[in-house]
Amino acid sequence: MAEQINTTSYKPNLEVYSETLQRLAETDRNIIAVTSDSRGSGKLVPFGKRFPQQIVEVGIAEQNLVGVAAGLASCNKKVFATSPACFLTARALEQIKNDVAYSNNPVNVIGISAGVSYGALGTTHHSLHDFAALRAINNIIVAAPADNWETEQAIELAAKTELPVYLRFGKKPMPFLKEAADEIFAFGKGRIITEGDAIAIIACGETVLPALEAAALLQEENIAATVVSMHTIKPLDTELLSAVARKCQAILTVEEHSIYGGLGEACAAYLLQQGMGKPFKIMGIPDEYTVTGSQGDIFTHYGISKAGIAEAAKTLIGTTIQEQN
Amino acid sequence: MTVKELKQKSAEYRKRILKYIVKAKAGHTGGSLSCTDILNVLYNGIMNVFPENFSSPDRDRYIQSKGHTVEALFVVLADKGFFPEEDLNTLCQYQSHYIGHPTRKVNGVEQNTGALGHGLPIAVGTAIAGKLDRKDYNVYTLLGDGELPEGSNWEAALTAAHYKLDNLCAIIDKNSLQITAPTADVCNTDPLDEKWKSFGWAVKEVDGNDVEALRKVLHQHPFEAGKPSLLIAHTTKGKGVSYMENVLKWHHGVPSEAEYEQAIKELDQVLKTL
Ligand SMILES: Cc1ncc(C[n+]2csc(CCOP(=O)(O)OP(=O)(O)O)c2C)c(N)n1
Ligand SMILES: [Mg+2]
Repeated sequence: MAEQINTTSYKPNLEVYSETLQRLAETDRNIIAVTSDSRGSGKLVPFGKRFPQQIVEVGIAEQNLVGVAAGLASCNKKVFATSPACFLTARALEQIKNDVAYSNNPVNVIGISAGVSYGALGTTHHSLHDFAALRAINNIIVAAPADNWETEQAIELAAKTELPVYLRFGKKPMPFLKEAADEIFAFGKGRIITEGDAIAIIACGETVLPALEAAALLQEENIAATVVSMHTIKPLDTELLSAVARKCQAILTVEEHSIYGGLGEACAAYLLQQGMGKPFKIMGIPDEYTVTGSQGDIFTHYGISKAGIAEAAKTLIGTTIQEQN
Repeated sequence: MTVKELKQKSAEYRKRILKYIVKAKAGHTGGSLSCTDILNVLYNGIMNVFPENFSSPDRDRYIQSKGHTVEALFVVLADKGFFPEEDLNTLCQYQSHYIGHPTRKVNGVEQNTGALGHGLPIAVGTAIAGKLDRKDYNVYTLLGDGELPEGSNWEAALTAAHYKLDNLCAIIDKNSLQITAPTADVCNTDPLDEKWKSFGWAVKEVDGNDVEALRKVLHQHPFEAGKPSLLIAHTTKGKGVSYMENVLKWHHGVPSEAEYEQAIKELDQVLKTL
């Protein structure tokens, strides 16, 4: 679908989700959105108007939402269970584990306004645990598309995939990471956005953007960074990970998630078990009462910014593993 | 407090709710205005909870399950002296404890809420503890009507009746709207009275925007010995501001400057005619 991309205008991934789902629903009556008073936040109001027979509303009841979605999926419906990531992956975690993953009902669990997108609404509305929780559950793909292209591709692919899928994204308009014309999107295949051998910055979702900006800043000081959009957290693209680890002096991971149990730890575990030790740092939200404020405030506070990532990269490049200890 | 004074308070609270929502450029406007009178009556005459006794194990407890309408709670807590009202100028700002949902970082807040369907189970536990410790405090919790499909509410409803928690009073802010549409069109929960009665609760209904009626009915808690009380408070979402009343978009709509001025004018008019 690369030719459909308009690289000059970009929008929140949420909107791309809604548009893609509408496009799929035009030719496929089995596409069903399930919502829990969440169609407004999920940008699915137009979907509901155009396809009233293809939306199931359960009210504010996320456990019910995922259970109902599993039942629909068992009858060959291509289900997109859509609700804020925080509620889906905390309250309805058992439904995801048993009714979706374990029972192999291929629901697409769509976590909207993920990470700290809800900013000052606070911890109840943040999902900083979803990668960790779902990585530990067998039989579900876990992905966080970064830009509009990845989002469109991921939704199209999820509709075709016969495995349960969890996708999460945020509300911020996300510029295209690069011209994607000749790429093929696949779950479990990360994307190299820029290449350099001083440091690899591996990010996902809305943190890829500040990672790219940091790489540009580093370039001004002749530090060449590789930036990877590792949209799929599970299964992890270990081939790509090994390749960048071989090439680069140091590895920095960045995610809108707890530093525990997410992308960073997944990379670290793989590399260590391969005996590929490198100076390594995980950037994310630390294990503390999350600072209050907007998503931007929270990112800046924890160094998930152009300057913060560049600074962390320079510090990491200058150290050896021994010094890091 | 006289009925007139209570009515004055409600209008003042509504003005402040709007003021801080406009300042923060965020907030849950409609649902804060629908529950203003309920919070007013609870904190000004019904509940035995003040800054002075907030650490006492004997205090009454208020747990706001519909946490998103925190602006109403913050304004009332400030008025009761739990913290200086100026603090609310930092609402939703970087490093402020005054965020878009109740948190215990704010003096006077009993429990962190915001994910719907959590208040009632916590209130049930708090009420059971009161029974175990032979305390005579009451526990109050406020639920939204859109919130009711969360299964945890009904699980807790069973526990409350099983433990005969007549020290527990749950109030439903039945403003008949949620985010997407009228509650009856999203997931119909009517008839509520019959449902709760069949779950073993003593049920009463009231005009939830009438402070006099609210005070009278809340004084009757427990509605029946040996049963938890459920009060269905029929309210208007956006109450007190003509263009917000019963209009869906004001769930989390933030008034423009002109809209704000108009709202303040209307509320000042209410104050004048009291
Ligand atoms: C578990 C959970 N799901 C979804 C939400 C998002 N949400 C916040 S308010 C709201 C609508 C609430 O409607 P209602 O309970 O009727 O409240 P009110 O009308 O009093 O504002 C929703 C869906 C939430 N806060 N928690
Ligand atoms: Mg309501």
